[in-house]
Amino acid sequence: MSKDLSFMAVMSRKNEIMKRAVGIDYDIFESSKISFEYEKMMQDIGYSIEEVQTIQAETSVGNTQLIELRNLTNLARMAAPPGKGARIFIKDEANNPSGSFKDRRAAISVYRAKEMGYKGVLAATSGNYGAAVASQAAMRGLKCIVVQEVFDSQGIGQPEILEKGRKCEALGAEVVQLTVGPELFYVTLCLLEETGYFNASLYTPFGIAGIETLGYELVNQVRAKTGKDPDAVVITHAGGGNVTGTARGVLKAGSEKTEFIGVSVNLAGLHMASDKDFNRKQFTTGHTGFGVPFASWPDRVDVPRNAARALRYLDRYVTVSQGEVFYITEALAQLEGLERGPAGNTSLAAAYVLAQEMDADQIIVVQETEYTGAGKAPSAQLTFARNMGIDVSRGDPRDDRPGSRIIIPEHFSQIGIKDINLDDLKKSYIKKCIKNYDIKDLTTADFEFLAQDTKTNKKYVEKLIEKING
Amino acid sequence: MDGQKGAWVQIQYSVLEPEQRSPFLPQETKMCPLLVWQKGFLTQEANVGDKVEIFTITGRKVSGRLVKINPVYEHNFGKPVLELLSTGIELRKYLEGDVK
Repeated sequence: MSKDLSFMAVMSRKNEIMKRAVGIDYDIFESSKISFEYEKMMQDIGYSIEEVQTIQAETSVGNTQLIELRNLTNLARMAAPPGKGARIFIKDEANNPSGSFKDRRAAISVYRAKEMGYKGVLAATSGNYGAAVASQAAMRGLKCIVVQEVFDSQGIGQPEILEKGRKCEALGAEVVQLTVGPELFYVTLCLLEETGYFNASLYTPFGIAGIETLGYELVNQVRAKTGKDPDAVVITHAGGGNVTGTARGVLKAGSEKTEFIGVSVNLAGLHMASDKDFNRKQFTTGHTGFGVPFASWPDRVDVPRNAARALRYLDRYVTVSQGEVFYITEALAQLEGLERGPAGNTSLAAAYVLAQEMDADQIIVVQETEYTGAGKAPSAQLTFARNMGIDVSRGDPRDDRPGSRIIIPEHFSQIGIKDINLDDLKKSYIKKCIKNYDIKDLTTADFEFLAQDTKTNKKYVEKLIEKING
Repeated sequence: MDGQKGAWVQIQYSVLEPEQRSPFLPQETKMCPLLVWQKGFLTQEANVGDKVEIFTITGRKVSGRLVKINPVYEHNFGKPVLELLSTGIELRKYLEGDVK
């Protein structure tokens, strides 16, 4: 009997397809109306730091260098008031097997798939995660399919995503390349049903556990180099996994005073499902198009409960413009001798500014870099931008307009950050959670869960709910 | 024939026609079909434009319209960007105290 493959029919089978493809029964962690047992889920389904370290060592993942960026620190000090300008360190995640921190995530997901007897793995991603999964699948002897959103309706491919497709092919994966649209999820479900492969979702507990070693390592490396704990860790934020995993790892290393700052490239005004806007951006991830919605509603993902919950860990959330990231990418190459991909320098651009707010003896860590190449490099992306009619010129970064104007700063003191109000995101999240419930039905567990999930407290949640209900 | 049996090719096919797409889309996206491009090995010789079958890297059989034979990787490093070229030189001057 052949299955109904229409869009609505497949989407209605989503839960059963996912359950078979990730091997997790999420129902057992649901506790009350809104709440679920997050920490229990992470402990029962995830792996400990030691287990993750062992698994990652088997496939050469992790233990990347922590590099002090002395020239960029000096530049920050020149732009900062006297006595300010924290020491800027960067974790060179580009040196993982497939060139990004995503290898840490993939290492655990693919290990899990092999352990559970799946013949292959599937990843729906237009980002570095695809290559990471392909690389780990090659090492562990599993087949691999990567599903990407690459082209607009004219058949024009985003160069960065074309490069990621090439890399996945080079690593022996089958690559399925789509035109713009959220129905990528529908295609993913069809393929999972057809092949029976494991869904190497970005949002399962083992994926997040994989990133914890990043945070754990960087704390130990900072201690070894400076005798202190890091004052701030700056993390590029899109889906929330990077923030969640890194913060959990830092906390597991016992660094309790570290501030967690998320950063996204500002793409305000561009619609993520728009055929017209798709090729009018030079960053395909690590931007506000993912960062804001995923922070304010994490459970929008392929699995019932998202292990990546950014609001649980973020102390601050800022944005930078595309032009500022390209400028910092040049600075990293020409002043520090590290040619790295622009998307991996989003948090470096913010860290450069944040360092100027901090004292000179403080430590700020940028927790990633990514590899670069054709399609990814600034020259590739800015040439593409110009071909798509976007103006690229030097000037004041405040004149940057996502989709129409990319401004390369004229002076290093112009690089700036904009704060996104975390309170607004927390309010939005809580509002969505309680939308379907009568307040009288909420339990203590629900209030505690909301407090933890927003890094606040019971009083904050109660006051907010009162306000929402008028 | 453009492509022999076993040639490495790229095909294109439609997954969803406009009327079959998700209801929650901006108009400009909703008007277009959801298309897929895939690469694989031809099961039979064929010409560009023909409806063909390929074996993908994982061994799946997929059908579509043959669009390219031995598809070239077209993404590149682009043109040098004048606005970025001087960044390093300028920053060195600041660092070395030559300019404020």
